[in-house]
Amino acid sequence: MKQVGSVVWVSGPVVRAQLVEAVQMMELAFVGEERIVGEVIELAGQHATLQVYESTVGLVPGAPIYGSGLPLHVELGPGLLGSIFDGIQRPLDALRAQGADFIHRGVQARSLDPTRSWNFEPTARPGATVAGGSQLGIVPESSTIEHRILVPPDLVGELIETAPAGSYTIDQVIARVRTAHGEERELTLSHRWPVRRPRPVAERLALGVPLITGQRIIDALFPLAKGGTTAIPGGFGTGKTVTQQNLVKWADAQVIVYVGCGERGNEMTGVLTDLPKLEDPRTGEPLIRRTVLVANTSDMPVAAREASIYTGITIAEYYRDMGYDVALMADSTSRWAEALREISGRLEEMPAEEGFPAYLATRLAEFYERAGRVRTLNGGVGSVTAIGAVSPPGGDFSEPVTLHTKRFVRCFWELDKDLASARIFPAINTADSYSDYGPEVAGWWRESGLGDWASLAGQCRELLQSSRKLEQVAALVGEEALPDEERIALEGARLVREAFLQQDAFDPVDRFSSPTKTVSMLRLVMQWLTRARDAVRRRIPVYRIRSLPTRGMLLRMRFEIAGEQADAFEQRRQQIDAAFDKLLREEGHAPARPVTAG
Amino acid sequence: MSAPGGANRRPRPLGGLVGYIGAQRLAGPLVFVNGPRNVGYGEAVEIDFQGRRVHGRVLEVGKDAAVVEVFEGTANLGLGEIEVRFVGRPLESPVGLEMLGRTFDGRGNPIDGGPAPLLVERRDVNGLPINPIARDYPRDFIQTGVSAIDGMNTLVRGQKLPIFSASGLSHDALAAQIVRQARLPGQESEFAVVFAAIGVSHDVARAFRTSFEESGALARAALFLNLADDPTVERLMTPRTALTLAEYLAFEVGLHVLVVLTDITNYCEALREVASAKGEVPSRKGYPGYLYSDLASIYERAGRLRDRPGSITQLPILTMPNDDITHPIPDLTGYITEGQIVLSRELQQLGIGPPIDVLPSLSRLMQDGIGEKRTRDDHADVSNQLYASYARLRDVRRLAAVIGEDELGDLDRRVLAFGARFEREFLAQSPQEDRPIEETLDRGWAALRELPEETLSRVRPRIIERYFRKEGA
Ligand SMILES: Nc1ncnc2c1ncn2[C@@H]1O[C@H](COP(=O)(O)OP(=O)(O)O)[C@@H](O)[C@H]1O
Ligand SMILES: [Mg+2]
Repeated sequence: MKQVGSVVWVSGPVVRAQLVEAVQMMELAFVGEERIVGEVIELAGQHATLQVYESTVGLVPGAPIYGSGLPLHVELGPGLLGSIFDGIQRPLDALRAQGADFIHRGVQARSLDPTRSWNFEPTARPGATVAGGSQLGIVPESSTIEHRILVPPDLVGELIETAPAGSYTIDQVIARVRTAHGEERELTLSHRWPVRRPRPVAERLALGVPLITGQRIIDALFPLAKGGTTAIPGGFGTGKTVTQQNLVKWADAQVIVYVGCGERGNEMTGVLTDLPKLEDPRTGEPLIRRTVLVANTSDMPVAAREASIYTGITIAEYYRDMGYDVALMADSTSRWAEALREISGRLEEMPAEEGFPAYLATRLAEFYERAGRVRTLNGGVGSVTAIGAVSPPGGDFSEPVTLHTKRFVRCFWELDKDLASARIFPAINTADSYSDYGPEVAGWWRESGLGDWASLAGQCRELLQSSRKLEQVAALVGEEALPDEERIALEGARLVREAFLQQDAFDPVDRFSSPTKTVSMLRLVMQWLTRARDAVRRRIPVYRIRSLPTRGMLLRMRFEIAGEQADAFEQRRQQIDAAFDKLLREEGHAPARPVTAG
Repeated sequence: MSAPGGANRRPRPLGGLVGYIGAQRLAGPLVFVNGPRNVGYGEAVEIDFQGRRVHGRVLEVGKDAAVVEVFEGTANLGLGEIEVRFVGRPLESPVGLEMLGRTFDGRGNPIDGGPAPLLVERRDVNGLPINPIARDYPRDFIQTGVSAIDGMNTLVRGQKLPIFSASGLSHDALAAQIVRQARLPGQESEFAVVFAAIGVSHDVARAFRTSFEESGALARAALFLNLADDPTVERLMTPRTALTLAEYLAFEVGLHVLVVLTDITNYCEALREVASAKGEVPSRKGYPGYLYSDLASIYERAGRLRDRPGSITQLPILTMPNDDITHPIPDLTGYITEGQIVLSRELQQLGIGPPIDVLPSLSRLMQDGIGEKRTRDDHADVSNQLYASYARLRDVRRLAAVIGEDELGDLDRRVLAFGARFEREFLAQSPQEDRPIEETLDRGWAALRELPEETLSRVRPRIIERYFRKEGA
């Protein structure tokens, strides 16, 4: 490392330097004798401005600055899964192992453990022409994730040697490639990649497969697609973090990257405590084995917050390139935007709205653009789904981060303060939330034998929509004053919300709903509504319908039916019919059954 | 293992204190000095002027210029004879077991007439971020004896749970009651109280002191007072001085420390004052864009650590300007803390005290601290149902105001009966009343029994069976 200049000015995370050697924009640099990590963000003549990823307290003008010749990058290779890193990919467990519960300045540790050995099995033969993305071999990283060792994106050449199957550390050479210029390059199980540069792909593909989240309100009404983008805006306490963590736990991605960006330390601790104990409902493996955590908690340096999002998405792209479906959660993108604002303020840049720099929108767009379903360089298919929480000041959705985000995402789960304060969860506002992915994912539901998904969801949306108007009237005149058909619609909407849309993240059964469970539940609720409407048409009083035991049965089913018990649903279907038939008989009607939906 | 706050010390390469005579500019709380060399960002500063000494910290530093914020303000300082000395170390404050039972100013100097504590060390007031993997997830239920908290917004050891209040509301009485009554049921523990008064009146500080005295907690309490007539900028130090001691007591001595910080609003105002004197671009309502990170650097200094016995539980108090919960101070606080206890003027006017408005209140760590073996198996269900029914009450009251109570349907009338009972018998309690958790939950059921069983959709059948029908509805 060579000295490239010295510090001339310090203000919080921003340092100005006088240069004696040239550096590049975005070059990684080390500041002071403690060699705290920074990045060049502005160059002007003999001066450079750096954002520094650690506390600058005690930094004295005149202190040396060392260049690295590299941009800010991450190290990619086996060992990422199950790890927790800070915003610039320092492994937090290794930092703690150095003896401190608190994060001291200038501490360093290699991102991936260089002492750990991995079983490598070559799959490519010497003599082959290889290019970025070509698979050299595999390493079983966890029992479900085979880590595919690929030629780094920028390299093309002839494979002249591969190492025999065996045990290797991430620094040992496992292949040699000769480039067109005759240059020989040694490859290891790991390589570095600059975080601000999207990893290249062969082609972007259309979406078509839903990312099943296990959350009924999402999967049924506001579906997300693999490779898609979504934002979760909401004031504090409305459920952004719980929703994201629900997805960390239950979404059917193969790899999860969770970025805690400027949020609470205990929330990261909570994930770290829960994930090893929870099983993936599809593979039975502990969930931690498919998860990479990136943590820049709110008490950690603010510049590293800005970097954490890029660290996370680069790791996500890396697993995508192996052909996996990856989901990235960022909680919260607002803290990242605020980090941009803070740095920009210290640079005395001209602010645009609310002090945010004018390039806020561009940065948000660039981030969400890195999501997608792609043909990888080696012809496989992989995806990165991006799920960003947004924390609008004062819960006001007209602020810049929410508004700009809305332009770049295709799915929007807006959280509602009133629902949250009544403890109605997930507090997703069904009136203002939306998803563009419905038509794209409908085919998948049909092929999965749940072809009535689209029509049930449509009926459900309609019911919620019409009941909103009725509720406004009821709030003025009282529900009792409404005609019976409308009272039943209100009752149906209540049932949809309480029996179906509400989902308790902390109940061991209710927290995850498989596609079959979701559709089966919705069928039953709609069956109830159809029968109830029929009964009302026959002038049966609403109170009689309301007091049928079926209502309680429907309310309980989310806690009672785990997994895919088809007979449990069939039994309930019969119960509903039997209850209504009995009611009709008691009221002197023939038990002619209306045609039920589905 | 190294201690919190021990890291940022920079041995001064050239040694010794260098004083610079004269300043270029004084503005608000800031002193601009040209000429000093070898000054570190954030380091402590001593300033002498005509025999008087004031203190400060370096806010910005260039090759031969520094901006210093002065805790006491720059009133009565002049440019010519001023002597500015850079200490070569970050701001530090004292820590030591001996500090319990004593009263200090906002920077840790004793002001109770007693001698300076002897066995103290000085630590960097800024502390250090806690490695999230070193944290232990908080889950030990603290019984405060206040039903609205224990029953519906449960506090756990190591949590940061602020009180969102407004001027004229009884937040001080509530905080004092919590400090007096807080305990882990069935467990005696080594505790300490760290109290930081930030720009509050003498009366408020005295009332807390008296309350600690009466409950016998005073001997185990350290008080840091920056009162309304004390220097404004020193308010930026006060919570950090207090938390530096709290970290020592919790993570080195092993005590369970309850930290009361009042009033965070005054802290934020001081921060705004300094920012605007520096000419920074403000974000919302004139507060600096880094208010979130700054507040987080205070609030995140709470919690538990694996392999260490103690804990820090924070009870910050803030007054919402204009009773507005969307104001940046409560708003950013709510985004950082693990919930909030919101007080309501309306309840206080109705004579319901403590006037805790449960609907906007929240304890994010509640679910892991309650339930079988911790509190009682029905706790989550009762709490959820009380929330749902109370939210319904709000709608029914609105409707009753429009169409009149007599026009309400039977069910709605029962909701009103529930509301009345809930507010009178569950929410309302005297500042002396210390309710065990069982009593709190039973009172919740008593209110719920005003409602028909089939409307209790948040309670699982097993729990209905066991608790709702217990005394026959
Ligand atoms: N799906 C859910 N099920 C049960 N409780 C929930 C759910 N979502 C949110 N909550 C409750 O709301 C609280 C706040 O949620 P959180 O996700 O932390 O909010 P935010 O991140 O928006 O501030 C949680 O502590 C939890 O008590
Ligand atoms: Mg959150």
